[in-house]
Amino acid sequence: MSAVAPIVRRMEHGSSLAASPGDGVGVEPSLDADSRAWLQDLRGAGAAHDEAVARLHALLLRAARFETGRRRTAHPHLRGDLDDIAQEAADDALLAILARLDDFRGLSRFTTWAYKFALYQASVKVRLRSWQGREVPVEDEAWSVLASAAIGPGAAAEQSELLRAIRDGIVDALTPRQRSILVALVLNEVPIDVLAEREGTTRGALYKTLHDARRKLRRYLEESGHALGGPWEETP
Amino acid sequence: MTELDETGRLVARLLGPAEPEVSCATCFEELDRYVDLELSGADADATLPGFRAHLEGCPACREEHESLLALVGGEGLA
Repeated sequence: MSAVAPIVRRMEHGSSLAASPGDGVGVEPSLDADSRAWLQDLRGAGAAHDEAVARLHALLLRAARFETGRRRTAHPHLRGDLDDIAQEAADDALLAILARLDDFRGLSRFTTWAYKFALYQASVKVRLRSWQGREVPVEDEAWSVLASAAIGPGAAAEQSELLRAIRDGIVDALTPRQRSILVALVLNEVPIDVLAEREGTTRGALYKTLHDARRKLRRYLEESGHALGGPWEETP
Repeated sequence: MTELDETGRLVARLLGPAEPEVSCATCFEELDRYVDLELSGADADATLPGFRAHLEGCPACREEHESLLALVGGEGLA
């Protein structure tokens, strides 16, 4: 089933890089009244359950349309597909939520928790659809991005030198797999969900590889005497 | 944007956040909590350390955070 599987896979493969205070915390006893009503109706049976499912689907569809609307400008060629994407996203989010009701811990409002499933489904679908039929750029094309940034007329000498050192680090310090993922995601700007789909893996697994590559690059730069902590560290 | 800005952004994207960060899975798990904390005026970053750093490093999770914040914050509920 396409609806639930991507999210479940994402949970299984993602590994926490830092302990979260929320990990292992059980359901909060202080659920707000609205969230409690949602859970009661969705866990129930009969007309109240059916009506709650219909209300939830309407809410998810509104969230999915909100997301596709935000992406409309960036992806004008998808204009005719966006409502279908929103419908599919709402359907898939509904299935995911109904399968995971027991995961709701009451640490947010139920509606906020539910919205995130619709937004996730819609945003992933937009990314995948926008790259449909498009080749992922090959690694070689990316080096020109790095080279032109390093030697551009406006680039400060210090940053040009840092970029050259980063290029050396990518070649010398990273494994072929780390290099390929870093180049695709950062230099070629392939959306992570697109690369995950093409490689049959998950966003979490790819990001873990990217994270490890970035750590290695930082270590390489430090060991080769390059000062970190420049203005780029403050980029939001 | 100046070319220096673009170079700085490229360096930031290549090196990622300096601070420890949560994974994409933890980010998704805690996204609703983080947004409700933000909207309530609480210190979401103190409650969920490593979350903000992950948003800086992961464009996909960042987009989803921006969308949820905007949606629940009222932009999409009018």
